[in-house]
Amino acid sequence: MNKRLLRWLLWILILTGILSVVAAFSLCVGSVRIPFREIISLFHREGSNIEHSIVFGIRLPRILLGLAVGGALSIAGVILQGMFRNPLVEPYTLGISGGAALGVCLSILLRLTNTLGILALPASGFLGAITVIFAVYMMSLKKGLLRIQGLLLTGVMISFICSSLIMLIMAVSRIEDLHGIIFWTMGSLETSQWFLIKIALAISLIGLIISYLFSIDLNAFSLGEEEALHLGVNIERSKRLLFILASLLTGCSVAVAGIIGFVGLVVPHFMRMLVGSDHRILLVASYLSGAAFLILCDTLARTIIAPMELPVGVVTGIIGGILFVYALTRRQLIPLGDK
Amino acid sequence: MLQVDNLSCGYDSKFVLQNINFKIGDGELLGVIGPNGSGKTTLLKAITKVLKPQKGRMVFDGKEISQMGFKELAQKVAFVPQSSAAGMNMTVEEFVLLGRIPHRRQFQFLETEGDQQVAEQAMALAGVLELRERFLSELSGGERQLATIARALAQEPQLLLLDEPTAHLDIGHQVKVLDLVRKLNHENSLTIVIVLHDLNLASLYCDTLILLKEGKIHSIGTPEEILTYPVIEEVYRTPVVVKTNPVVSKPLICLVPEAILKAKSNQLNRTDKG
Repeated sequence: MNKRLLRWLLWILILTGILSVVAAFSLCVGSVRIPFREIISLFHREGSNIEHSIVFGIRLPRILLGLAVGGALSIAGVILQGMFRNPLVEPYTLGISGGAALGVCLSILLRLTNTLGILALPASGFLGAITVIFAVYMMSLKKGLLRIQGLLLTGVMISFICSSLIMLIMAVSRIEDLHGIIFWTMGSLETSQWFLIKIALAISLIGLIISYLFSIDLNAFSLGEEEALHLGVNIERSKRLLFILASLLTGCSVAVAGIIGFVGLVVPHFMRMLVGSDHRILLVASYLSGAAFLILCDTLARTIIAPMELPVGVVTGIIGGILFVYALTRRQLIPLGDK
Repeated sequence: MLQVDNLSCGYDSKFVLQNINFKIGDGELLGVIGPNGSGKTTLLKAITKVLKPQKGRMVFDGKEISQMGFKELAQKVAFVPQSSAAGMNMTVEEFVLLGRIPHRRQFQFLETEGDQQVAEQAMALAGVLELRERFLSELSGGERQLATIARALAQEPQLLLLDEPTAHLDIGHQVKVLDLVRKLNHENSLTIVIVLHDLNLASLYCDTLILLKEGKIHSIGTPEEILTYPVIEEVYRTPVVVKTNPVVSKPLICLVPEAILKAKSNQLNRTDKG
């Protein structure tokens, strides 16, 4: 057991190291290249020069938001995959992201920012996510049990309905709104709201702590629901709480950064290959590497065609998709349960 | 240890079990037999609270099961399912350690020395200690079943429930699994309820048998009392010949294929005519 604990600690150390390197790299590169030594000195002295404002006004906020969103999406993926014992489940496939996107599109169409201020977009994204969760949940609860297969199918259908409605909104919206909608549905870590960044960071870290409290339950879930129940896990309560937690994490992420797909799918999958499927390490490892992955993707998104910028959701989609297909062709999906 | 009073239970509004009454004393080895769909597995599911009973009650050690939490129940009752394909990406040791989950304190994330010892004893008892580093996916069906029993033993239960643990196993592993069950019952005085399909195995290994028919108890008794050809032919609707096992004086059930039955009756007819 000590050997296993040591291995886990080693993984946490390695992944924290990778995250730090990625973050440092992201601070340095961009349209203006700033050597790392200079950045360290920037931390020490107050200043109002251009480099100071680039690092602290533009790059650092994006890195922190990337940490919050990448981590949150990854553990939401781990939680959902653990619950559903299906490696293809993620916030995206359950329609949670779709609902959030629909909420944001509606608020852009109705110009809620004019009346409600800058927080209208994240708030409506969050409301959209919560509405979908509630709908999916109520529909699958009809039979008295939170049936996993039903939940998945309902989620996929809601996802389709949402994207169709978004198309409809795009078709009837004004040209100047269209750009905002498109950019938002592709995801971006650009924000000037420190307030939002702090909230996102707090929620994703609290989410990690709460999900960790369920790590043993998630391990039991990997044997199947009945088996988990035979091991004394109150499965209905755990599923309900975990589902709400995953939704909250996704809702907040989508609300601040738009739709960023594939992070919740690819990161947990690769971590399962590397560190194993014990949720006591898988959750932490996925959080760290998800954060690193998203920060790296965002750095690529803003440097590849600088001074122009790609939507980060496009970058995660391409990199994540290719990695995933590559992993699939090399070996079978890591089985999660009795599928 | 366990008393079941007037239990009725089923899925949705359909009754699968009706008016079940029986009692298991400490240290008994009780076999549950019956045709497909007679409610054997449902009975086990009712005991472990996977299904809610619609009527009746079950009292375990002086406490009603419906009043017990899942965790409390799992500390006392362990369940071994039919061969399952779950947990393939775990090692045997990790798998067996999952059996310690019901005994965890809140906010306890790592196994204690005690947990480790109990798991090791359980693996040794089930004969899978030398497989501890192997992955479940590398084991044979029989070895996996033994590992599942070890996991159930790691729960340190007072009552062990097994649902057709020998299904899909070859005869060597069937005997190995049931010898283990018997040993746990005799030497570790564990109370055991086992659902079996194979009547000959039930005859060889169980002290008492419950025969279920269409969700009701048809009869309860020793193998000699239950496994007679009129009872089996009535419940299973198939002709059998019951002899005494030449190795041990227990009932031995021989199946009779239809073709042979026809040939025999033709023979009889011919001798009648002749």
